Amino acid sequence: MSDAAELQTFEHDVLVIGAGGAGLRAAIECSKLGLDTGLVSKSLLGKAHTVMAEGGMAAALGNTDRRDNWKIHFRDTMRGGKFLNVWRMAELHAKEAPDRVRELEEWGAVFDRTEDGLISQRNFGGHRFPRLAHVGDRTGLELIRTLQHYGVHQGMHAHMECKILGLLTDGERIAGALGLWREHGRFVLFKARAIIMATGGAGRCWRVTSNSWEYSGDGYALAYDVGAELMDIEFTQFHPTGMVWPPSVRGTLVTEGVRGDGGILKNNKGERFMFGYIPERFAPETADSEEEAARWLAGDKNARRPPELLTRDVVARSIRAEVLAGRGSPHGGAFLDIASRVPAEAIKRKLPSMYHQFKELAGVDITKEPMEVGPTLHYFMGGIRVDADSQMTRVPGLFACGEASAGMHGANRLGGNSLSDLIVFGRLAGVGAKEYLDRLGSTPQPDAGQIERSKREATDILNRETGANPFVVHEKLQEMMQRYVGIVRIEDELETAIDELAKLRVEAATAKAHAAPQFNAGWHEALDLSSLLTVSEAVTRAALMRRESRGAHSRIDYEGERDEWLKYNIVIRKQPDGSMDVRKEERPEAPPELAKIAHATLDQLEGGHV
Amino acid sequence: MPLMQGTKRSFRIWRGNSSGGQFKNYEIEVDTGMVVLDAVHRVQAEHATDLAVRWNCKAGKCGSCSMEINGKPRLACMNRLSDYPDGETITIQPIKTFPVIKDLVCDVSWNFKQLKRIPPLKPKPRDADGNYRMRQQDVERIQEFRKCIECFLCQDVCHVLRDHDQKERFVGPRFMIHLANLEMHPLDCDDRIPQVKNEFGSGMCNITKCCAEVCPESINLTDNGIIPIKERVVDRFYDPIMMLLRKRQSKRA
Repeated sequence: MSDAAELQTFEHDVLVIGAGGAGLRAAIECSKLGLDTGLVSKSLLGKAHTVMAEGGMAAALGNTDRRDNWKIHFRDTMRGGKFLNVWRMAELHAKEAPDRVRELEEWGAVFDRTEDGLISQRNFGGHRFPRLAHVGDRTGLELIRTLQHYGVHQGMHAHMECKILGLLTDGERIAGALGLWREHGRFVLFKARAIIMATGGAGRCWRVTSNSWEYSGDGYALAYDVGAELMDIEFTQFHPTGMVWPPSVRGTLVTEGVRGDGGILKNNKGERFMFGYIPERFAPETADSEEEAARWLAGDKNARRPPELLTRDVVARSIRAEVLAGRGSPHGGAFLDIASRVPAEAIKRKLPSMYHQFKELAGVDITKEPMEVGPTLHYFMGGIRVDADSQMTRVPGLFACGEASAGMHGANRLGGNSLSDLIVFGRLAGVGAKEYLDRLGSTPQPDAGQIERSKREATDILNRETGANPFVVHEKLQEMMQRYVGIVRIEDELETAIDELAKLRVEAATAKAHAAPQFNAGWHEALDLSSLLTVSEAVTRAALMRRESRGAHSRIDYEGERDEWLKYNIVIRKQPDGSMDVRKEERPEAPPELAKIAHATLDQLEGGHV
Repeated sequence: MPLMQGTKRSFRIWRGNSSGGQFKNYEIEVDTGMVVLDAVHRVQAEHATDLAVRWNCKAGKCGSCSMEINGKPRLACMNRLSDYPDGETITIQPIKTFPVIKDLVCDVSWNFKQLKRIPPLKPKPRDADGNYRMRQQDVERIQEFRKCIECFLCQDVCHVLRDHDQKERFVGPRFMIHLANLEMHPLDCDDRIPQVKNEFGSGMCNITKCCAEVCPESINLTDNGIIPIKERVVDRFYDPIMMLLRKRQSKRA
């Protein structure tokens, strides 16, 4: 097929790319607002990484502890994000999350209940109060299934197992996207006046990751290619507790709910080591003795939280430090023990899927033995830069939400803030798209040249005679990123990574897929390489520029947070010559009323004085 | 766990598409702790880069990697190689009930169409304070059904769908428990029983319990979901006393 007119074509008002929590919520909103909505996913519907989210969704409902409210949630989020969050996004999130959770319930979600029949809420790291609405430890499945079942009745058109190869523009404006059906390998044109990127993150750049194959950063790369900016992408969260054994499941997530429900971390000497790693900022709110932590677990509201519930960056670095000091577990992690603290029946009831997972995959009974855990690449705090209220990027008609967008979580995300982020900003992206379309005059038309270019790049991989095995190139990339752009970073290693990336780019450009285009795994792997490399380069260059340690980004050569860096975001844009422009951009001043809340003491907030 | 580092194992994997295919043998090195899906991936990386297989979470939570392993419907990510005797060749093929697309990947779109046919939850009004109240014991009943990861292994083993190909008349176990989930949902105020009988074919299920046996989430589909809604259908349409009572009530109304 050489003529664009012969392409299978769908026309939608808005195309949502990505069918996890954010994409489904965005598509539901678009459908409700009367827009003809297409929803594209690389997998089947309902299989996105959202199903893996275990712990819950954070919303200050105040059901379990009446003292909770949006201001305290907002304060926790800003402190967790080391004050680099976009203030307005953190505000919108804290204010709107409770309504989004209640709405899910009305659409069929069945959360665990409190004694008086309300939605139960559980404790999680960095949250002052029990705040996570949850369903055992399979909240993500509940979220995605609820949205999927509700959504298919709202009129959206789901296009499954379709990979988007490129976004199409008319001048600056969005005009559509070119896709590829995985099933038979044919191309498909989506004409759309607006596009919402809800593509999640890019954990597959690393070897040890909780992410599935889909998390290759397509959204970041596609948006960047048509002129959108990437922001603060150096903040890549290593979840402290991934499985470390057996090797085939290394990286698979172990929910933070284990620690929220009483699990403690120990080294190979049997010491509970987190008391030695409490950062100054959190010291006033963290228990300083095992005795106090035990009282907290027993429900004493005057006791402070155990240090195992510090933010993820702190816990991940602490485990790494123990391993480096020779105090790690046999397979290079730490022991997570809930068996000695919580009765077996309660573990099975509260953490059924963890029990199942360890039993089946590692042959470990978590009601009797400790788990072995270690840091795993889990989440991108940075991403596509958007306007806080409309979720629009700097490309007219291009929106982003969920993990694909930047700003909500700053330098580090609190557990449970992702599922609520998806539904709050998924909805806002839908509203933003509707407002944009209401103002849009003529319908943008895709450029035939762009379509041909995308098709040629894709088919070259099949047509060349010989070339690199795409699986091998991907593995090399993952090893390299794991080694040089990991949980702690240093200048010369980051520079090595940039050189290595240049070599890998050359190799990837020769990647060869064998056999026919139908459901060809090697071809799809080769196509994903381009996004993986772009994102890896963006993370590495941004990490090199940020000369401080903040949240999920740790530089051995620039330890500690540096106040001067609080003034900047790192913004990446594609230059006309194709090179990557990375620069510091000054952040807008904090709105005084929000700054006051974020910097207030808990006594002031809980007493209603702020 | 037996140590398997560096030992070789043989696999027979079905290769082909809708127009036909055959089993092919592959030998790869296997390591401790590997699951069947790891083996498929290693074959893919080393011998057959175009081998088609679906997978996502690799932890038994997404239900993508359904296939038949040594003739049994399984999730490939939840079956360790050490569960099979040393030296035994492991046979891997696509699930049978749905048309094959390529290799281990089937066209399961029929299932997504069934979901669309089932009317969504019709929620009752909220309490005066804007909340819904439900008791934990009431929600637990349907939380079991909501654990479903849509792997469609129950659809694969259902005789009505697999052997008799009655997809026009019966939605299958996955959607019977979805209907049970809606029917028993504390907030739902729709009457679904006539539809369960007439459109979704509840009478077709003859309770062989094969679906519950293969469920990787250990959902007791038959006893807890399908039988109770079949009973509600019987009460409504076939119980003579209930029928008489209803007739009298409707006359009074």
